Amino acid sequence: MAIELKDVSYVYEGGSPQEIHALNHVTLQIPDGQFIGLIGHTGSGKSTLIQHLNGLVRATAGDIVFNGRSIYGEGFSMKELRSKVGLVFQYPEHQLFETDVLTDVCFGPKNLGLDAETIRVRAREALDAVGLDSSYDTVSPFELSGGQKRRVAIAGVLAMKPDVLILDEPTAGLDPKGRDEILDQVAKLHREQKITVVLVSHSMEDVAKYVDRIIVMNHGSVAFDGAPKEVFAHYRELEKIGLAAPQVTYIVHELKKRGFPISGDITTVEEARQAILQVIGDKI
Amino acid sequence: MIRDITIGQYYQTDSLLHRLDPRTKLMGTVVFIVSLFMAGNWLCYVLAAVYLALMIRLSHVPFHFIVRGLKAVVILLLISVGFNLFLTGGETVLVQWGIFRITLEGLKQAAFMALRLIFLIMGSSLMTLTTTPNQLTDGLETGLGFLKKLHVPIHEIAMMMSIALRFIPILIEETDKIMKAQMARGADFETGNLIQKARALVPILVPLFISAFRRATDLAMAMEARCYHGGENRTKMKPLQYEKRDRLSYLVLAAYLAAVIVLGRML
Repeated sequence: MAIELKDVSYVYEGGSPQEIHALNHVTLQIPDGQFIGLIGHTGSGKSTLIQHLNGLVRATAGDIVFNGRSIYGEGFSMKELRSKVGLVFQYPEHQLFETDVLTDVCFGPKNLGLDAETIRVRAREALDAVGLDSSYDTVSPFELSGGQKRRVAIAGVLAMKPDVLILDEPTAGLDPKGRDEILDQVAKLHREQKITVVLVSHSMEDVAKYVDRIIVMNHGSVAFDGAPKEVFAHYRELEKIGLAAPQVTYIVHELKKRGFPISGDITTVEEARQAILQVIGDKI
Repeated sequence: MIRDITIGQYYQTDSLLHRLDPRTKLMGTVVFIVSLFMAGNWLCYVLAAVYLALMIRLSHVPFHFIVRGLKAVVILLLISVGFNLFLTGGETVLVQWGIFRITLEGLKQAAFMALRLIFLIMGSSLMTLTTTPNQLTDGLETGLGFLKKLHVPIHEIAMMMSIALRFIPILIEETDKIMKAQMARGADFETGNLIQKARALVPILVPLFISAFRRATDLAMAMEARCYHGGENRTKMKPLQYEKRDRLSYLVLAAYLAAVIVLGRML
């Protein structure tokens, strides 16, 4: 069990009249190797939740256990936790500051106190992983395009070789092509390096294609938690909390309602295509 | 910690002071500060304290909000009290310890200086707490309008002030975000000596400056896209207008200033 949240609550401005309960008794398990989609409307507490996972925000109540040890326990190294749980913030390109791409990516491993050679090798590997070859090493990060900057910033976290990678809205503000590239690369990382990935998004469409499990947050609590098919089956309830299932779910349900023999738990366009072809094929 | 900065903070409520014209409040603050520097004896400070207490009461702003502004100037306050206490010459020596000497005159001077500074901060906090930044710059612009005849670009100055005030909370939030992002990459801002700590700030300051410039160019573009070209011929949606309460306030203000002057001469 990699990360375990036990009854975690977080309150902003505690004690004052503007008290905000950002998290309400959240209990979750994040096992090794899962690809998780964390979904919620703006203000649902998903960003607060992920900042708990690497100790940037301290829970007001409850406990978080990482590999069997409480992160709030005596002598627990937050620095080590942060190197194991990599967090990529929203618009991560805003954190770039070095004069060239390679040096910027080196910042993370350098903070871990590694030797210069290891740092360079790790930085290069991380840049390869996000699809930037060595011709980018000496370029200033500020001369890159938006999508490239973001990949440099993601590489900056990857270079620390985290066991868990958390990405907060990694596709915000990107065009469809940039979005698919980033998500495909993240999926590849998950597949090849077997790291746990938590993908935060407000778009079901984005995550449905990739994840094994979806956690839906609403008002600081977990509303649904399960495989995409299970979660999307509640698409009426999802609408009530300001979210929507992928469009293909609606088409499938509409088809079913009109008497088309198709299973209701289809979540991706590809599945829908196959299922429809099968039915039509049967008729012909 | 970084969210504790309260410069130009506004306290939302409804009170007579909130409804007053910003020009009246600006003038009131200036007069109050002038009165503090004209105050020559204890009676004047008592009067100023009563006047300030009355204003705080009228503003409906909780007292601790007003005191909070004092935290930022504690060091300045201590330094000026120290200087006055030890460096004022005088006849009546109270304590003598090596080269340090405290005289009755010095003690009096230091106490006055402390009161003066405390009242000054509280008085001006009261103004910013009861006036939105927009009203404040509006008031400045209209109140100092006569400087336009001297070719002082008063509208531009007021606009820059309101933009600067507007940017404070944004940049604070941005700093918080960047700090967290760098901490997630293993940055450490707490340990190390002074030089190491200063160097640890580079990963925060560079992105912060870049974001400030980016926001500034975006804002400039957005303003130009809406045909902003300075104060020339610009009209206001809510032009400032003096009401009866403002005229009354000016009378109270004049009476207060006269009382301070008279009391100052009495002893």
